[in-house]
Amino acid sequence: MAQVRAHRVLPGFGLSLGFTLTYLSLIVLIPLAAVFLRTTSLSFDAFWQAVSAPRVVASYRLSFGASLLAAVINTVFGFLLAWSLVRYRFPGKRIVDALVDLPFALPTAVAGISLTALYAKNGWLGQYLEAVGIKVAFTPLGVLIALVFIGLPFVVRTVQPVLEDLDTELEEAAASLGAGRWQTMRRIVLPTLLPALLTGFALAFARAVGEYGSVIFIAGNLPMISEITPLIIITKLEQYDYAGATAVAAVMLVVSFALLLLINGLQSWTDRRSAKVRG
Amino acid sequence: MTAAVTTARDARSGAARFEANAATRDPPWIKVVILGVSLGFFGLFLLLPLIAVFVEGLRRGWQVYLAALVEPDAVSAIQLTLLIAAIAVPLNLVFGIAAAWAITKFDFRGKQLLITLIDLPFSVSPVIAGLVFVLVFGAQGWLGPWLSEHGIKIIFAVPGMVLATMFVTFPFVARELIPLMQAQGRDEEEAALVLGASGWEMFRKVTLPNIKWALLYGVILCNARAMGEFGAVSVVSGHIRGLTNTMPLHVEILYNEYQFAAAFAVASLLALLALVTLIVKTYVEWRSAEASGEGETP
Repeated sequence: MAQVRAHRVLPGFGLSLGFTLTYLSLIVLIPLAAVFLRTTSLSFDAFWQAVSAPRVVASYRLSFGASLLAAVINTVFGFLLAWSLVRYRFPGKRIVDALVDLPFALPTAVAGISLTALYAKNGWLGQYLEAVGIKVAFTPLGVLIALVFIGLPFVVRTVQPVLEDLDTELEEAAASLGAGRWQTMRRIVLPTLLPALLTGFALAFARAVGEYGSVIFIAGNLPMISEITPLIIITKLEQYDYAGATAVAAVMLVVSFALLLLINGLQSWTDRRSAKVRG
Repeated sequence: MTAAVTTARDARSGAARFEANAATRDPPWIKVVILGVSLGFFGLFLLLPLIAVFVEGLRRGWQVYLAALVEPDAVSAIQLTLLIAAIAVPLNLVFGIAAAWAITKFDFRGKQLLITLIDLPFSVSPVIAGLVFVLVFGAQGWLGPWLSEHGIKIIFAVPGMVLATMFVTFPFVARELIPLMQAQGRDEEEAALVLGASGWEMFRKVTLPNIKWALLYGVILCNARAMGEFGAVSVVSGHIRGLTNTMPLHVEILYNEYQFAAAFAVASLLALLALVTLIVKTYVEWRSAEASGEGETP
């Protein structure tokens, strides 16, 4: 008891926590609860029909499939980019480092129309891809491109600090014991980075699943082919099908919460692992 | 302890220490391949889309570009975007400071849960962020009948757009402050109180100077997202031209009407905002690295 008191020397506990909880409840928790409460007013059959209609299922397949693939691509190239930024000297590095965060700062609608301008049939890159028979804009491939764009910084920014903190002594020890560079990489560096890579992967995936603005311009939004789940929610809302929109939203929310728990677990694993390496 | 300090200092000296060390140096051809692949990817996926915004915006020349920006609908979209950010960002700033203060300066049960809940809006699709407010305030929502009886419009009007923006930008400031204030601990504030400072003096003279860079960083990220939010705002806006169109929504309308040059002109303003955000961010990181370097010298 005495200890608790000792920590509360500082003022403002009641005020700051009270304000935090009130604001959190009003802006986030109560509105989110509305989704689930609204869902319970549906009969199970109606709910199931809304979330398992073929068009909706096709959208899950696209949203989750493309997000997964984009997260894999981002993990590979994000790692290489983080490696380049930490380990190599090259001209323009500071600019590259700063611009990695562009997808965080650039409004998604701007990214969407810009990617469409690049990959449309007569676009900067699209015209050459079209010539070799690859269609990007208005196909699932376009969705993938947009999701790669928005997910990249997550991997770079989770791997980069861990790589910076990585003690060179481990690699020195491996080298002095006769390990080749590739062996050191595979046995020492990559296992140490694994939690950070997985965290980055999960963050990129979670963001991609819910992404809307950057995707809808380049996707073409053809039902059953290039229609993402967030767009299904919007379409249902525009048809005043509030119950259907809410049901699909509830499914997505459950997935998001599961991902959030997974990410929290991965993050604490990353922290423990890097604390061990540093200690 | 000494080892930790040395490592931290070495880390700041950057890539040179890896390239000078035989054990951590990659063979030149590997460096060329990795740099080539990663920078190629960077150029293709990040740099090119950014350049395209400006080139497409200026394709029809400066006159069309400027005309798109001063046209009345564009001006009202810019004004609304600024208004929404001017309401949402300060509120989330106050919340961020309060949450970080409670979480980092006191011990209480459920703290970890609270941190997770604060992060929640990051993992919710922006479309759902808009939907939740429709469910609460919309015509068919919980408060809908009461609101329409009293002639209050929230959905398809500015208040709903502010709420959706607040939801989406909710965690930014708190998230920047919490790790920093956790690392700084409570000692300095406690010392200030013991030396006779009032609560407000302590906050202004001790806490604020310690957190100012992280605070600024959180605010600019929050602001960038508030001005650029598309999905959440799109659901609650109703897309009424000149009334409930923000800049990103205006870009969408122009684009769907095939006014590509105008769409990209307005988009380029948002891209400029993003660039300014990144520049400020880089500067802030540089300043805070410098500040923590000063702290370590003694």
